[in-house]
Amino acid sequence: MPDNSRPVARTVTQSLDSTLDSVDSAEDLAVDMARKAGFGEDDLVKIGMAVRESMVNAVVHGNRYNSNKKVRLSVAAGAGRFTVRIADEGEGFEFERLPDPLSPENIMRTSGRGIFLIRSFVDEFQIRRLEPAGTEVTLVKYMVSK
Amino acid sequence: MSVKLNTRQVGDVSVIDVSGRITLGEGSSTLRDALRELVTKGQKKILLNLGEVSYIDSSGIGELVSGFTTVTNSGGQLKLLNLTKRVKDLLQITKLYTVFDVHETELSAVRSFS
Repeated sequence: MPDNSRPVARTVTQSLDSTLDSVDSAEDLAVDMARKAGFGEDDLVKIGMAVRESMVNAVVHGNRYNSNKKVRLSVAAGAGRFTVRIADEGEGFEFERLPDPLSPENIMRTSGRGIFLIRSFVDEFQIRRLEPAGTEVTLVKYMVSK
Repeated sequence: MSVKLNTRQVGDVSVIDVSGRITLGEGSSTLRDALRELVTKGQKKILLNLGEVSYIDSSGIGELVSGFTTVTNSGGQLKLLNLTKRVKDLLQITKLYTVFDVHETELSAVRSFS
């Protein structure tokens, strides 16, 4: 359970290259800020994994490792919410029509579980298309019990 | 820490001791290569010891599924040993826990191969 007595209000934004190193650094940053915000180990793992999966989607599926495209990362802790925004510059995908990874016909697929896991690990998840290109996901973990 | 693998024989069972992180990139490809090598050599009984795996992402889960399918399609069996709570939770969330034959001790796992 987070330590709610800590006055935390901090936002960090970064522009990251479309590499797997960026996935690691984004995860490290989010977990470090979440730890300082008072989250416990279980929540830190969930936040780290949600950020990691979102970054992989941005780097691999969004920007497709394109060195000319960046991933924008924003991590904010404050007002009872720990918020991470990750935006790519890719062509996007039909996130409304993602197959259910739990259905019997998909259970043995080797991919397609990323967004399902992200949803499982955070309290709020939003995804939207950006103009003229790109996809932005917003992850929120509550810092207080609702 | 990236993933590290050590393969050993216990009777006719190939045991792969896995430690570290099974994530997109080197971690998942290392595991994939090790399983394919064993299958190519004709190994039919493969036990993955995940007791020292600290972290696994969706790509790593995909590699476990891929490995299971590869071994099964070659007429073999792939079983899991020593799941950490985090890995077990992930397999349960994704409904894959019942797909794999999971054991808590190496002795019971080795004996379970038909």
